[in-house]
Amino acid sequence: MSWTKKDLLGLEYLTPEEIELILDTAESFKEVSTREIKKVPALRGKTAVNLFYEPSTRTRVSFEVAAKRLSADVINIATETSSVRKGETLIDTGKNIQALKADIIIMRHNCSGAANMLARCLDISVVNAGDGWHEHPTQALLDIFTLKEKLGKIKGLNVAIVGDIAHSRVARSNIWGLTKLGAKVTLCAPAILLPPGIEITGVKTSSNIDEVLKNADAINVLRMQFERDEDAAFPEQLDYFKKFGITEERLAKAKKDIIVMHPGPINRGIEMSSGVADGKNSVILEQVTNGIAVRMAVLFLVSQAREAKQ
Amino acid sequence: MSILIKNGRVVDPANKIDAVLDIFIQDNKISRVAKDIQAQAETIIDAGNKIVAPGIVDMHVHLREPGREDKETIASATAAAAKGGVTTVLAMPNTQPAMDCVENIELLQGIINKSALVNVFVCGTITKGRLGKELSEIAALKKIGAIAISDDGCSVDSDELMFEAFKKAKKAGLLTICHCEDKKLSGKGIINLGFNSTRLGLRGISNESEYKRVSRDIELAAKCGASVHIAHVSCRESVGIIAAAKKKGVKVTCETAPHYFALTDEDIVDYDTNMKINPPLRTKKDVAAIKAGLKNMVIDAIASDHAPHTENEKEIEFDRAEFGKIGLESGLAVSIMELIDKKILSWQELVGKIAVNPAKILEIDKGTLSVGADADIIIVDADREFVLEKKRIVSKSKNSPFIDRTVKGLVEYTICNGKVVYKS
Repeated sequence: MSWTKKDLLGLEYLTPEEIELILDTAESFKEVSTREIKKVPALRGKTAVNLFYEPSTRTRVSFEVAAKRLSADVINIATETSSVRKGETLIDTGKNIQALKADIIIMRHNCSGAANMLARCLDISVVNAGDGWHEHPTQALLDIFTLKEKLGKIKGLNVAIVGDIAHSRVARSNIWGLTKLGAKVTLCAPAILLPPGIEITGVKTSSNIDEVLKNADAINVLRMQFERDEDAAFPEQLDYFKKFGITEERLAKAKKDIIVMHPGPINRGIEMSSGVADGKNSVILEQVTNGIAVRMAVLFLVSQAREAKQ
Repeated sequence: MSILIKNGRVVDPANKIDAVLDIFIQDNKISRVAKDIQAQAETIIDAGNKIVAPGIVDMHVHLREPGREDKETIASATAAAAKGGVTTVLAMPNTQPAMDCVENIELLQGIINKSALVNVFVCGTITKGRLGKELSEIAALKKIGAIAISDDGCSVDSDELMFEAFKKAKKAGLLTICHCEDKKLSGKGIINLGFNSTRLGLRGISNESEYKRVSRDIELAAKCGASVHIAHVSCRESVGIIAAAKKKGVKVTCETAPHYFALTDEDIVDYDTNMKINPPLRTKKDVAAIKAGLKNMVIDAIASDHAPHTENEKEIEFDRAEFGKIGLESGLAVSIMELIDKKILSWQELVGKIAVNPAKILEIDKGTLSVGADADIIIVDADREFVLEKKRIVSKSKNSPFIDRTVKGLVEYTICNGKVVYKS
């Protein structure tokens, strides 16, 4: 099995074998971050450009660290100060970056499909760092990597994804990735935050968090993205916490070793209590650490695939 | 000027003809339709094994001129029409300025007279500036030559104002063409609401936003006995509502467009913005209902809803791209593929939908091959497969969802008012 895609746009587009390959590659890169000198020369002489159209600290920094540990040169473009402000189109921006002989564009964009469009128009690699409500593949990959590390496998696991599924790219990528690898996925949210037709992906849906928690081997608690869709009818925050918030009391009735994940940043007291976020079941900070290894793997694989094509 | 078309399979449903015949054209009119016509003609066309039919009457076309000549002009749109076998178009009024007063229509007619290659009829607006606030001078629009009114692109939200419009249109003897969309329901939606909007992470547009307004417009028109035509029917519920109204005897007609029976929201793979259309591409269930509606006479006409947009407006993020696609050059071929080849319609029935019925709905003397009729004729090689290539698009804009698809049915000749306006 070898990797042939120049881009990573979403987990929907990958086979189970390709997902496994990323996870295996990530596992071998994880050790690099534990060394005295945290660097390998895999991408020496390559240039990665972080092109972020939405504010992001954690994902951007994680990609930057990953690229630097592979010895790539990293350039950050903050769109607020670039020619994007002057009305340049996304394709023009991409072509300019390509003309600078960069090798990889890592893009975050508020419009769904923006990464697909850019990848179609460019010869260099495009890695989707989150597009609209569509996909956030590296987040799901690091979630799955963490799960696999903790529980030894993905196939057959009961995984619950809780929260604002409708507006979540993290949820979509997790749904594709987990179902492809054979996990049993349950989405838990108020009906208004479950998008139409989502069951077609093979997931179950529920609006009863206590029921869902009984069987879950792991829960991935999504951030309530109050900032994302100003016109959507969001449930009132305190009410949401009462009905869906993950608390110590709720967790006490779940499996003892249940894994609690969150893509961050956490709204403490809305999606989960501080006690849960910092508690023994939480792997939230390990997710952050694993994010480096997963992103190293992705940058390495897309770069190799592009070289093989040339 | 005379043309003799020999040995074609003449499909002329208005006269119930489907036979191998010759057609003789003299002085812009059809002069004879018979077997083995022996006549001297300046041009003789051998149409053996070809379909010979009345030119297409496309009752839903955005010409963009005046105002957006960067997207399309009357010259470029009518050249595209000729290539697609369309000899008559109804120009939608959402130009800049909109066709909401006598002066603007006179301006448009001046351009048409100067540069149109095929027949162009004018549609006026229902409301001034298409803003849905104040009615246009409907009687005056009729007097200057508008043959219908529509706020296409928008629906008149106010029930009271729409009712007034129907009453005035009835009095003036004008057809009202309704774009049926409740924007309170469609909101910021950009593709059909369902699994694909979920999958792609795009905001959805429900069927409800269309069919509720179809219901309202039919009800208001029926209340005052006005004629109403529902534009671009896309969903199954609308077909059902129109069928029920027709049964009750309401004076309602409707059209669909080739993309509503050839494509579904599953075709929006990889965010192709040429698939971003309003109303949106729906589901297989809706396509089945549209095809059934065409078969069982609920849907009277097929029109292109030709909506040109520049690459600057389309080669951008899906959320930000304009709605609409071109269709003048692909409509016939797509219809042949989807309706004739799949045995939904016969040639008689298809020509009914693309020529006879739209002419009837618009009350214009088109859509027939009767002796004495305007010589608007197409000759089509119905079996000829070809790829719809972007570089061959004549329209000024290239936003076709069918680019690179193999289709069937090549227009070989388009004759408009006795002149060959297109030859492949």
